[in-house]
Amino acid sequence: MGRARASRALAAFRPLYATRLATFGSTVVLLFALMAVFGPALAPYGANQQVYTDARQPPSLERPFGTDHLGRDVFSRVLLGTRDIFVLAGLGTLVAVLVGTAVGLLTTYLGGATEEITFRVFDSVLAMPALLFALLLLGTFGPSRNNVLAVIAVAYVPIVARVVRSVVLNVKTKDYVAAARMQGESLSRILLREILPSVLPALAVEGALRFSYAIFLVASLGFLGAGVQPPNPDWGLMISEARNFVSITPWALYFPAAAISLLVIGVNLMAEGLATALGRTP
Amino acid sequence: MSAALRIEGLSVAYGTGVGARRVLRDVDLEIAAGETYGLVGESGSGKSTLALAVMRQLDGAARIEGGRIRLGDDDLLARTPDQMRSVWRTRLKLVPQDPIASLNPRVRVGEQIGEALDGARGRRDRVHDLLARVGLADPVRVARSYPHQLSGGMQQRVMIALALGGEPELLILDEPTTNLDVTTEATILDLVRDLVRERGTALLYVSHSLGVVAQLCDRVAVLYAGELVEDAGVEDLFATPLHPYTRALLDAVPSLDTGTGRAPLRPIVGAFPQPQALPSGCIFAPRCPVATDLTHEVRPPLERAGPTRRVRCHRWRDIADGTLDPRQPAEVRAGADEPAPGAGDVVLELVGIEKEFPIRRSLRDIVARRPARAVRAVDCVDLRLTRTRTLGLIGESGSGKSTLAKVVIGLVPASGGRMELLGVPLAHDIARRDHSVLRRLQMVFQSADEALNPTMTVREILRRPLQRLALSSRDGVRERLAALLESVRLRPEHADRRPGELSGGERQRVAIARAFAAEPDLLVFDESVSGLDVSVQASVLNVVRDLQVERGSAYLFISHDLAVVAALADDIAVMYLGALVETGPTQAVLAPPYHPYTEALISAVPVPDPRVRRDAIRLRGDPPSPSDPPSGCPFHTRCPRFLGDVCVEEAPPWLEGEDGNRIACHIPLDELVRLQGSVAGARPPVSVEARE
Repeated sequence: MGRARASRALAAFRPLYATRLATFGSTVVLLFALMAVFGPALAPYGANQQVYTDARQPPSLERPFGTDHLGRDVFSRVLLGTRDIFVLAGLGTLVAVLVGTAVGLLTTYLGGATEEITFRVFDSVLAMPALLFALLLLGTFGPSRNNVLAVIAVAYVPIVARVVRSVVLNVKTKDYVAAARMQGESLSRILLREILPSVLPALAVEGALRFSYAIFLVASLGFLGAGVQPPNPDWGLMISEARNFVSITPWALYFPAAAISLLVIGVNLMAEGLATALGRTP
Repeated sequence: MSAALRIEGLSVAYGTGVGARRVLRDVDLEIAAGETYGLVGESGSGKSTLALAVMRQLDGAARIEGGRIRLGDDDLLARTPDQMRSVWRTRLKLVPQDPIASLNPRVRVGEQIGEALDGARGRRDRVHDLLARVGLADPVRVARSYPHQLSGGMQQRVMIALALGGEPELLILDEPTTNLDVTTEATILDLVRDLVRERGTALLYVSHSLGVVAQLCDRVAVLYAGELVEDAGVEDLFATPLHPYTRALLDAVPSLDTGTGRAPLRPIVGAFPQPQALPSGCIFAPRCPVATDLTHEVRPPLERAGPTRRVRCHRWRDIADGTLDPRQPAEVRAGADEPAPGAGDVVLELVGIEKEFPIRRSLRDIVARRPARAVRAVDCVDLRLTRTRTLGLIGESGSGKSTLAKVVIGLVPASGGRMELLGVPLAHDIARRDHSVLRRLQMVFQSADEALNPTMTVREILRRPLQRLALSSRDGVRERLAALLESVRLRPEHADRRPGELSGGERQRVAIARAFAAEPDLLVFDESVSGLDVSVQASVLNVVRDLQVERGSAYLFISHDLAVVAALADDIAVMYLGALVETGPTQAVLAPPYHPYTEALISAVPVPDPRVRRDAIRLRGDPPSPSDPPSGCPFHTRCPRFLGDVCVEEAPPWLEGEDGNRIACHIPLDELVRLQGSVAGARPPVSVEARE
């Protein structure tokens, strides 16, 4: 019994390894996730531990990614920054997916004026580029980790809600939903048991895709100085700081940039693989 | 006489090696010039594959393993796809089942037909000519239309016009009328018949409907699981079928004459064999009532059983001389025949039920202050349903049958009128009905694919109504779930499957089980058997009938298939444009005097007996839009027995017939009887021209 359950649980992850590219993407994401978890235990130096004698060291065996102009270990900072970006982008996406799903399910199923108004408002939010929207909000409320998280959620709720809506519009007219109404099922049960399972594949793909955009957004905000503030080891922030010394310590810029690219590409490939396996187009 | 088409030893497979699905095996057939050849079989028999193989349009996964296909003297299989082009252009044409999928939605119909014609000169006239020949009243307008602007029947006529463009030697029609109303189907079949008579085109008509084939074809071949099992002249085949499968198919079809005899239909036991796991002997052996050891071990050859007929059965001689009865065993009925307690009690009463759907006004309408318009889907319907009886509701698509079903269930709240369930007023909106009401009213939908949640198992689907409506305890649910599955003749192991793992008939039976879970007093069936193959349909109908005898529920059985309704219903109500035009006991409705609309519906039903030809009373055109219904009698625009101004100006009175039937018509009953003859079937032909 326990074994059957375990194998069923494993089977849920099969779409992540459906194609070769998806396998690559999922593995990259898994490695970064491990870094996020074990980073503090593995990092040889603290994020802001400065060794002046070692400043501006190029990559070597002791300092795999070299050191920056202040003598901080770039490898340790990239490693420690992983958790930051995972938590911010991940939590932001999670909130966006949860809220977006709830709003999308409920308003679309009920239909009428509520749906109309909700989605017109969402449309107007979507009219603005996410980064601009985020800058606007952070400029108003001040840069802080909590605000970055909230901004990601607010920027992505409309997108998730629209994806959910497209599926619900199709499913809600199905006869099995009518059959559930004929059984006197409650609204929440119809939404959660009858409709939500059909939304999940689309949601998994969209969630993964949103996660990759959120990583990008967090990094961009850090780079522009509107997100995570120094001296935190944020990847975007690291690039922004290293930019001024690019001719002296180019490695301090390359490695966090590579980390962002690799993670975003990994998440994207994973999303694409999910989409293929679940028969959807991202 | 040279053959128009000769197929020898044709085999088609999907995939290769051990897992190959050999969907056609060693098929031989020959269509003489000018012959109309019917190919019948259930879904999965390979009939469409055969049609596509002849067209050389099989999809990429399919492979022709062997055999020859000759069109005239030409070996089609020897041609390259490029060389097929000229054959497709002129000599061989296909009319597919779904015209809208085959017509380009962005190109005007006339242009599409014109493209297929040679030479530019006079092309437009020739297009109009073709459209007129397929019976389209206004060819100029039709030629200018886009496909979506035409009704289904007109689209199919356009497809036929397209096919006739090249003056083909062989025309293949693949279920061309399956998606159409019976009245439209009848006119299309008339057209096909006339075209064949007039031009002598050879025709391969692929269909699942024995009725259509009986009425149209000269020869019929029966295909079962990829093999030709019988091939004979149409009269021989229907009068003395030699193969047990043919016999079983004929027995499984309900016909109008079955009436309310309530004799159980004979479904075919067992299931269709899978093409990758075929029995080693005769492919029909596992389901054959007269199979012997020889049948199970040795595949019978296709033998000549007469100058013009062939059959693939070891025992055809015994069947031919009458010493062996190849019929399927009649199913033993579960309940006794005496009426259940409370028979005749009124379960549901509808008084003046109306449903209007408002049409959204455009901004222009609002500015111009045009009044809001509405589609009257159901117009003042009175009906009464009683315990242990079945009311059959018939009508064309768009007549409001399904809307009425949803109104009764409360999914679409009525806009007017009164409903009473067991003498208690019934709320119009399902959200205002409490559990005690919900459990008494259930519905079985048309498509079991959409009626069962694909993400749930059968157990989960059936458990909920038991818990919620039947209020069973945990142990009670387990027991009753098993009993439910048994009552619809499913096995316990079906409980753990998901809808995707079940066949169409099994899915529909799960849907029926769900509706029965709470032992409702009234069950609505909305076209619930329409999508099923005849043999499956027969077994589902038997289940439905037995459950009624056992439980004593009242049924509202909605179908466009008059024969199915006749086989099941005690009473019939005929609906046209949202209003009832005739009601009464089944025998009375199916015998004169008829309402002219009922008469046309009955006349349109293709009878699975080539010797019976019904009077051709045809309805022209399509039903008018319910947003702007005709004045007076709603049927006057299409009525074959139109009287004159009185029909246009006054709503018809309800006439009370002798046998308890009521007809809404201006023509007096005795006059209707005189016009329509006294006995159905043996009527003198009436020559009443249908009005445009």
